Parts: sequence; structure tokens; C-alpha cells
Amino acid sequence: MIVALEIETLAVRRGERRLFDDLSLTLAAGEALTLGGANGAGKTTLLRAIAGLIAPSAGTIGFAGVAGPLDPDDARRADLHLVGHLDALKTTRTAGDELAFQAAWCGGDAASAAAAAETLGLTRLLGLAVRQLSAGQRRRLALARLLAAPRKLWLLDEPLAPLDAAHRALLGELMARHLDGGGLIVAATHDPLPLPARRLDL
Amino acid sequence: MSALLRLYRRELALAWNGGGGPLLALGFYAAVTALAPLAIGPEPERLRVIAPGFAWIALALASLLSLDRLYERDFEDGALDLLALGPLPLEAVAAIKALAQWTAAGAPLALAAPFAATALGAPPALSGMVLATAAIGALAFAFVGGLGAALALGSRRGGLIIAVIVLPLITPPVIFGGGALSAFTGGLPWLSGFLALIAYALAAAALCPLFAAMACRTAVS
Repeated sequence: MIVALEIETLAVRRGERRLFDDLSLTLAAGEALTLGGANGAGKTTLLRAIAGLIAPSAGTIGFAGVAGPLDPDDARRADLHLVGHLDALKTTRTAGDELAFQAAWCGGDAASAAAAAETLGLTRLLGLAVRQLSAGQRRRLALARLLAAPRKLWLLDEPLAPLDAAHRALLGELMARHLDGGGLIVAATHDPLPLPARRLDL
Repeated sequence: MSALLRLYRRELALAWNGGGGPLLALGFYAAVTALAPLAIGPEPERLRVIAPGFAWIALALASLLSLDRLYERDFEDGALDLLALGPLPLEAVAAIKALAQWTAAGAPLALAAPFAATALGAPPALSGMVLATAAIGALAFAFVGGLGAALALGSRRGGLIIAVIVLPLITPPVIFGGGALSAFTGGLPWLSGFLALIAYALAAAALCPLFAAMACRTAVS
């Protein structure tokens, strides 16, 4: 179980471009960090590097459990959610099928998927094909796996962007509850998160 | 185990329903087969000779049809990230995708192959052999095709690139399978060709997912 994220002297290059150099930060259980900065500053890249999809050119990304450092690959597979600005949903399948798959793929079950759908107001949409959903509804469907399969570290890429005011508030509540339960959140966002969070401008 | 099964069922549903699925592949297969008498001439003697081999060429071409969506859609809609971060290694994901592709397109094509060969004048007694070689050959095509689809990730005109990558790689099974069929028809020893076909399919199933997974990791990074 992840209780801390430790990034030390991280550097990531994308081709010739150096996105950040010598980035160090520590995030402890119960803390949220928002990543700010202009378009192209590297917010998404940092999230993907933490998730292990992008290999850093220097520095380390470590995860600590209660008993000390964790194996990064195991920690990522077992205890990290990345919800990107692409929602990973198949437009030809029903919302219910996609939620069931995403929940099960991350270690949840049918009951937890149903509960997540209920919380996010998706229950009556589950019979519809994903292509019939609006952008905000799709984002809520993608976010549902955060609740359907509990994991400690949430990496969120522009989670608020397509949501309406009511659902932004709801997501804020859910994030606050996650932090209260000892979770960690790193969110790339242009809009301020509706909860206290440290801010890092890239 | 349940993650494997779930992914297989989802991939199968996507391959079966997306982009026409088996019906499209079968229609293409029938159309290519129907071209043979038009291009070569309707004389039964001539057609009978080329029937098994032509059924094979048509099978190889039809296997290429739906490969362009195998990884590209997942790459575009972000599902490849989810798959890369999931409980299974990407190698297993690649193997499951190839198996689902075989179930949705390769196996129906293999079932149609004896009909195509018979329609072109091959003796009905050859049907069992045609079915067996086509089913094994289609398995090799699915794994090699999956590798081609992964290598073409992110490139424009992916479908064409996949065909250019995959066609040379599937010449061995075409040679082994077609050779076994000709030998069988001519009453010659055919077992070695048939075993070589099986060996190629097994090697493809073992190796292609490794390289496909590497290509996927590069694509998402």
C-alpha cells in the first residue's frame, strides 16, 4: 500500500526537449498536489512518468509503504490509478460493459462497480452505448474506476475539464474523502481543485 | 486467470462487432475466391490444380483485413495505457489480442476454406486437410498480424504498413501449408510440411507477443 510518493532529481526529455530537470518532491498520505503550467509544460508527461509509462532520463520515482520502499512496478500495478484525458472507453460497447471491464481490470467487482456508478449518477446510463454519452458523462464513467477499485494513488489528468458544476463539486467531495482515507492525489489541472492542495508549476 | 478471461471476452466482442467482424472477412474471402475462375479461366482441370493454393492466398489476404484496428484504436482512445498498467504483462495482453483476432476472423475463415477450395474444384476428400492447415495457418497469421499492427502504431496509413510488414513474414506458413496440401493431393509425403506449419505457428505464438509488447511500450511512452 502506497503511503508516500518520492520523486528525486527527476529529468525527462521528449526528443530534444527537456521538460523538467532536477525535479524533487515528496507527497505523503492524505496530501493532494496540483500540477499547473502552460500547455506543453509537461504536466501529462510527469503523470505518465509517475505511472511508469515514460522512462525518466535521470532521477528516480519511488513509492513507499508503511514498512519502507516498495518495488515500483508492483506498487504501480497494485495501487495506482491513472485517469488520462483520453477515457479508454470503447464507443461501440455499452457503458455498463465498459465500467464492468475497467473495474474488474483494476481489481474491483460487480458490486463495487454498481456502487461507483450509483455515486457518480451513472446508473441509468449503463444500458447506453458509450458513443451516446456526452463528454462529461464519459469522463464520469472513466472516473468510476477510481471508486470501483480502491487504490491509494490517483493520477488525474484534467479531471474537471468536461464536468458540470454539480459534478465538479461531487468529484471534489470524493477526492476529499479519498485524502481523508489516507489516499494521495496528483492532478494536472488548469482549474483550481475544490479542496486544499499544494501546487507545483512546471 | 479472471483478468485473462475478461480481456479475452472484451477483445473478442470488439473484434466480432467492430468493423464488420467475421462477416466482412468472409465476404472478402468469397469475393477473392470468385475472382480465380475469372482471372485464370473456368476450365475445371486448371482450377482444380490451383484450388488449394488459391484458397490459401485468399485466406492470407483476408487475415490482413481487420488488423489495423487491433492496436490503433486502443492507442487513440487511451485504452492502451489502461492495458499497459493492468494486472497482466503486455506480452500476455498481446497474446490474448492475437487469440481473440484468430477466434473472430481466423477461425471463421478456416471454416470457410474447405468450401472455397471445393468450389474451385478441389476434391471434397481434401476438405479435412484444408480445414486443418487453414486453422493452423490462420493462427500464425493472427500472431504475426498482431506484431505488424503493434509495429505500425502511431504511423499514418497504418493499414498499408501492416500489410507490407506482415506479408513477407507469412510466406513460410503459406509455403508449408500450401506445400502440404499439394503433396497430400498428389499422394506424396505431406507430414513434414504440415509439421513445419505447426512449428511456425507455435514459434509465432511464442515470439510475436514479446515484440508486440515492446512496440506497445514504445508507443505509449
